[in-house]
Amino acid sequence: MKRSDLTRIPVVKALLVNRWPQFILRIVALAGFVVAILAGLLGTPVGSRNLSIVFVWIAWWALLILAAVPLFGRGWCTVCPIPMAGEWLQNGALLGPRKRETGDQRSETSSNLQSLVSSLRLRPWPKRFRNIWLQNGGFLLLALFSAVVLTQPMVTAVILAAFLFLAVGAALIFERRAFCRYLCPVGGFIGLYSQVAPLEVRVRDTAVCAAHTDKTCYTGNENGYGCPWGVFPGGLIKNTYCGACLECLRTCPHDNIAIQIRPVGADLTVARGRKLDEAFKAFIMLGSAVVYSAVMLGPWGWLKTTAYSVGSLAWLGYALAFLLLILGALPGLFYLATWAGTAQRGNRRALRQRFTANAYALVPLGLMAWIAFSLSFVFANISYLWPVMSDPFGWGWDLFGTAALNWTPYLSRVVPALQTLVLVGGLAWAAGTARKIAAEKRGGTAVPVIIYCFFITVGLLWLLIG
Amino acid sequence: MKQQRLWLLFIVAIFGVAFAPLPLGTAVPTSRTVRLEASSFEFSPAVVAVNPGDQVTIELAATDVMHGLYLDGYDLEITAEPGQTAVLTFTADKTGTFRFRCSVTCGALHPFMIGKLKVGPNLLLWRSVALSLLAVLFFISREPLFVNREPLSVVRKPNAEYEIRNTEHGIRNTEHP
Ligand code: SF4
Ligand SMILES: [Cu+2]
Repeated sequence: MKRSDLTRIPVVKALLVNRWPQFILRIVALAGFVVAILAGLLGTPVGSRNLSIVFVWIAWWALLILAAVPLFGRGWCTVCPIPMAGEWLQNGALLGPRKRETGDQRSETSSNLQSLVSSLRLRPWPKRFRNIWLQNGGFLLLALFSAVVLTQPMVTAVILAAFLFLAVGAALIFERRAFCRYLCPVGGFIGLYSQVAPLEVRVRDTAVCAAHTDKTCYTGNENGYGCPWGVFPGGLIKNTYCGACLECLRTCPHDNIAIQIRPVGADLTVARGRKLDEAFKAFIMLGSAVVYSAVMLGPWGWLKTTAYSVGSLAWLGYALAFLLLILGALPGLFYLATWAGTAQRGNRRALRQRFTANAYALVPLGLMAWIAFSLSFVFANISYLWPVMSDPFGWGWDLFGTAALNWTPYLSRVVPALQTLVLVGGLAWAAGTARKIAAEKRGGTAVPVIIYCFFITVGLLWLLIG
Repeated sequence: MKQQRLWLLFIVAIFGVAFAPLPLGTAVPTSRTVRLEASSFEFSPAVVAVNPGDQVTIELAATDVMHGLYLDGYDLEITAEPGQTAVLTFTADKTGTFRFRCSVTCGALHPFMIGKLKVGPNLLLWRSVALSLLAVLFFISREPLFVNREPLSVVRKPNAEYEIRNTEHGIRNTEHP
């Protein structure tokens, strides 16, 4: 399929290059973020009456997983408020890059803050952590406490604040958006799933990049920062670590950056750059979708109470089972499936490579599992949004006259059918991807991986519409 | 030709599986009463099965705090004060499996307080499992079953002319015309 470049449309390009549209969206997001923290700290402890829970875990989550990730990949990261403060400090400016100072201007343009920050020597992120294992761990940790995190406004607030704090801290010690790239537990899975998005940032002509010795997209110039994600756009082959921050669009003097519409899932069949940490991210996400479906949407009260009673013996058992499933059973069985479908079974290294490669077939499966899970969760609970908009803290306010609106599930007759379509579609998508990945190597078959995906799908169907 | 017939077969099968009318069982409708105990955060019993056409009376007893019951698909709701019982009567005229949820904020896990009402067989589930099976068969039928065949399709070749390494993170360029 020919890719069409959105930046060829002048209005689109102008809107993307101009800093204001993105800045305004980010400011709005930042305001929402701060209000969510305040509501969590000061408002009612009843989750469904507190803006922090309803805003973050129902509204934001719905937008993220049902729209932003599948359609725009890292579109959320484009407007995410979490790294803003750190970026301001690093850049010494709210909008636009640091002024390049000439000698005699220095005293005028440098504020105290700026000189303070310039005196910090930002380090590159340590080599051994240049992967997403930390993000994998962070997500697992949050997932273990999810029953509490999702229901206690105070806990949600503390976690949101910790995100901000860590992001600023990382920005004062390390170069660029280190938090986003290596720490943010959300960013990790957004990156994994952004590989399926029908949009990509790429360069138009790599020869132009090769000839451009300055590589301003990486180093920055008067029009924008050097890539905040530490990625060289000329080398992009996948969406995973491109934060879609649009800086390269601003800094490239040769107009060589394109934002293209492309076939969905295009990155999954790019054989290069597949990694074990990403493969495990796929297992973690798929497994969490299964566990969440059972714990939160299943009919088992004891399971919910267990997941909620953090620290108790029962909870320890739950945590152990959770980790064993996600880090043991799921990858273990997948390894078996890989083994059964490989020609060179004796070769450990080749087998491990195939394992990693095959795991990319679980990306569409996992994303669709999350969408199916979220469909019932979100439509059943989004009506909590109207009262908390009027009464964000649960203090009896009525800002918009919607405080008294009753909870009512939406679309309860259609949601199960939608979930079916999503899950079966995800299975077909995963199976097709598995075939393409298997065909990369001589003499492999995707049949065992497809069967694995089938069983996961049947399990999810049973949990969600059974 | 053979390919086309296979496609046609699959498409017919998909529609058959998705929409074919199936008998719904022959049980004579009766009226039945189910007592549901609601406590934070579960219904007991959590799964209730009735036959299509039954006249169902649900007695919802809230044992600790106030709880409610909202029945998906039927869009019916009742609430029960603590220690009291509320009654809901309806005809189970829609078949399938329906979630019911607590409709009164009763504590932290309230949004997850969920049970199931089964009215006859869960055709949606069976149909979707059959559809999954069809999808899997479709892809498997196009895949070598044994592992010693030639690769099926040509893999995109990396561009040999330019290879730019991302100095920091080792991302390399492959696909550009
Ligand atoms: S990685 Fe995390 S903090 Fe960074 S932009 Fe994305 S969601 Fe926001
Ligand atoms: Cu409740």
